[in-house]
Amino acid sequence: MINLDYATLQQLWWIITSIVGALFLFLNLVQGGQTLLWQVAKTDLEKTLVITSLGRKWEMPFTTLVLFGGALFAAFPKFYATSFGGAYWVWMLILFSFIIQAVSYEYRKKPNNFLGSSVYELFLFINGSVGVLLIGAAIGTFYTGSNFTLDLYNSVTWDYTLWGVNLRGLEAAFSLFNLSLGIFLVFNARVLGAQYLLNSIDLSSTPDLESRLRKHTWNSFLIALPFLIYVVSSILFMKGFNVDDAGIVSLVSSKYLSNLLAMPHLLILLVIGILLVLYGVLLSTFKGSYKGIWFSGLGTIFVGLVVLCLPAFNNTAFYPSKLDLQSSLTIYNASSSHYTLTIMTYVAIGIPFVLGYVVYVWKLMDSKKLTKEDVTNEESY
Amino acid sequence: MDFDLTMVNWARAQFAFTAMYHWIFVPLTLGLSFLCAFFESIYVRTGSKEWKSITKFWMTLFGINFAIGVATGIILEFQFGTNWSNYSWIVGDIFGAPLAIEGLFAFFLEATFFAVMFFGWNRVSKKFHLFSTWMVAIGSNLSAVWILVANGWMQHPVGMAFNPETARFEMQNFFEVVFNPVAVSKFVHTSSSGFLFASLFVLTISCWYLIKGRHLQMARRSIIVASVFGLLSSSFVAFSGDESAYAVAQKQPMKLAAIEGLYKGEAKAGIVAAGILRSDKQPGDGQDPFLVKIKIPFMLSLLANRSFTSFVPGIDDLVYGNEEQGIESTASKITKGKTAVNDLAAFKQAQKENNLPKAALALARFKENQDYMGYGYLDAPEEAVPPVAIPYYAFHIMVALGTFFPVLFAAFLFYAIKNSLTRKSLKKYLLPLGLISGFLGLMAQESGWVVAEVGRQPWAIYGLLPVKASTTTLSAGNVQMTFFMFFVVFTLLLAAEISIMLKQISIGPEGGPLK
Repeated sequence: MINLDYATLQQLWWIITSIVGALFLFLNLVQGGQTLLWQVAKTDLEKTLVITSLGRKWEMPFTTLVLFGGALFAAFPKFYATSFGGAYWVWMLILFSFIIQAVSYEYRKKPNNFLGSSVYELFLFINGSVGVLLIGAAIGTFYTGSNFTLDLYNSVTWDYTLWGVNLRGLEAAFSLFNLSLGIFLVFNARVLGAQYLLNSIDLSSTPDLESRLRKHTWNSFLIALPFLIYVVSSILFMKGFNVDDAGIVSLVSSKYLSNLLAMPHLLILLVIGILLVLYGVLLSTFKGSYKGIWFSGLGTIFVGLVVLCLPAFNNTAFYPSKLDLQSSLTIYNASSSHYTLTIMTYVAIGIPFVLGYVVYVWKLMDSKKLTKEDVTNEESY
Repeated sequence: MDFDLTMVNWARAQFAFTAMYHWIFVPLTLGLSFLCAFFESIYVRTGSKEWKSITKFWMTLFGINFAIGVATGIILEFQFGTNWSNYSWIVGDIFGAPLAIEGLFAFFLEATFFAVMFFGWNRVSKKFHLFSTWMVAIGSNLSAVWILVANGWMQHPVGMAFNPETARFEMQNFFEVVFNPVAVSKFVHTSSSGFLFASLFVLTISCWYLIKGRHLQMARRSIIVASVFGLLSSSFVAFSGDESAYAVAQKQPMKLAAIEGLYKGEAKAGIVAAGILRSDKQPGDGQDPFLVKIKIPFMLSLLANRSFTSFVPGIDDLVYGNEEQGIESTASKITKGKTAVNDLAAFKQAQKENNLPKAALALARFKENQDYMGYGYLDAPEEAVPPVAIPYYAFHIMVALGTFFPVLFAAFLFYAIKNSLTRKSLKKYLLPLGLISGFLGLMAQESGWVVAEVGRQPWAIYGLLPVKASTTTLSAGNVQMTFFMFFVVFTLLLAAEISIMLKQISIGPEGGPLK
């Protein structure tokens, strides 16, 4: 019998949701790979190898995103309503980029595909660039805040106008911090994409592809790095949305720094995460290794967890409103009822089982690398 | 209360449009996944290359359809948040759970094993591949379970209570939500009708080959499997359809009255087999709603209450009340509802002012009428009536087609077993009928959802929350823009899907024609 108190369940569910979110950021290797297509694959064979390798995994980030949305809906419905309804355009554009991705692998090479294969490749690029960038911008608002008020019935009103137009969430992409987080995620996804492709394709017949993948692992990392540094240093020094004992929200200097110090396990996770990403990149770039993805991937999951948990715990509002501080959402005022969270916790017992078979099948399918023969053997996208 | 009805209607249109598009592909996924599993099971048992080729052919079409099904599906989940954020907040405590469970237990099953199904032929054992195909079929249908639990709950909300403190509905009993009788009959009806539709799809393409004189062997074998599956599914569709109608009669009497065009309730009510509605008919105007009709006596009473002589309320009874039958008028419900809405507002205001005695008083008053709260958002009793003609015609189209399909399957099975499908007389009548049957199936599919969703208007949560009170506070222009954005993209993708599908069908199974 699960008999946890309400606050514990609320915290547990934020952690579960954050794990799903962090896994999504790791699985964005598919999105990163999509943006690399032009740069790393120069021949038809290389292109087919890259697309086929990514195509076997595209449903993973997609499904994880859907689960992330579902988990937020079930566990934090007030966030779901406020953010999706309020920051309307940023979410709509993210969704749009995933809609066009979903058909692209299947349709790109099929005869009579109506739009032509380059359009489907463009769809993949948009998904990997604009889609991931906006996801970063949306996550950034956990730190920078949004422009909404909630009434007595928790109905959301959004107010941010530019030239007389209410931007409804699109303004998230105009903040330097949010944008930097977005750009970091785009290039980190490219790092992961290149590392994944190094791991999944048998590159013996395409040495040029291999050297380009190694080069782009390093280049993308170099571009991602300054944005990461900017994001992390901003987090350390920026004001944060503190919730006091009476539930009053106020802006407090160096709030996230004090959160890190108050939760040293997050600090450790962050440092280990960054080091793992770095180690993976060095392995892939300079050591000729094919296993860099596992280190950088795990590192990304750790960093993602910290980014999502840091603004939610230690009396912090995770979805703050700049416009009306007292409308800000915390994991305690935005969650489902005690009963629903308990039921959902029973459901969550299934997560390790699902993760288990996903990993098992992934290993089974990838135990043999993708070869030239495989893709010429009609098993390709 | 002021509602931006332009926005509400655009949001309605967007939901209807995206859901109907999504539903072109979903029933095919539900059924074709099982058909692929059947074909592959036969292949694994017999080891015959031809069955493998048949399996792979149908799997290719399955994959093309699956991709666009996924693409059109993601927007539906998130649309609850973007366009219907009041809804998401007010019922998220109950409604979110099935969606999360669907993602966790169904979508991952589909996504994981889909990759094996398409790319695992040379990577995993024959048995594991077959297992994966079955898992995709089970995963697809599990997703239908959870989404229909969610939809069933909207049609007949159970297992929850309104919490005035949070001003939302909160779950009290998960099992009541999952085993909601409306959800159960809905799932059986919807998934079996998906099997039926997929069988018709196979029939359509096989008939095309037969007419063209190509791949005759594959067409015949496919028809045998599809007809058996279609016949079995038809019986489930009929059985669960009756069960659904009974559930509608018990839980959503207004919807039943609308789909039957029944304005004046009666005992020993007959069912309308066919009829044309009078276009200017209004509730309470006393006109005969039908210009012409054919009625089967007693059958509606039987369908609705499982008794030939029982009383079935009509629209007029439900709107204006019927004392004799103990039916309260909608006007009275609206009055109570408005009182409840005001008392809730007074309660929230008193709480904000920290005036506890005043809050307690308002709360006590609110509780007297809280069950009627949803009616408080309606302006006139007639607003509780759905647009009758749409669900009426949709229902009759669905039922007529649903009655015709088993006859069609039986005929095809008969001639396929006799191996005389290519006989000249059949080419003239039966094969063309088979050729269009897929389109008829799609029509029945969409009609079914029109009955379910238009028939329950104006409610998002039946009797508790009207659609117009469920939306996001958002200007209509935003919703219009996203509507057209999805309209253009979905239409382009549909065109691509059809074009690719037709090409693959004309290419036929790999490895050349089967004799």
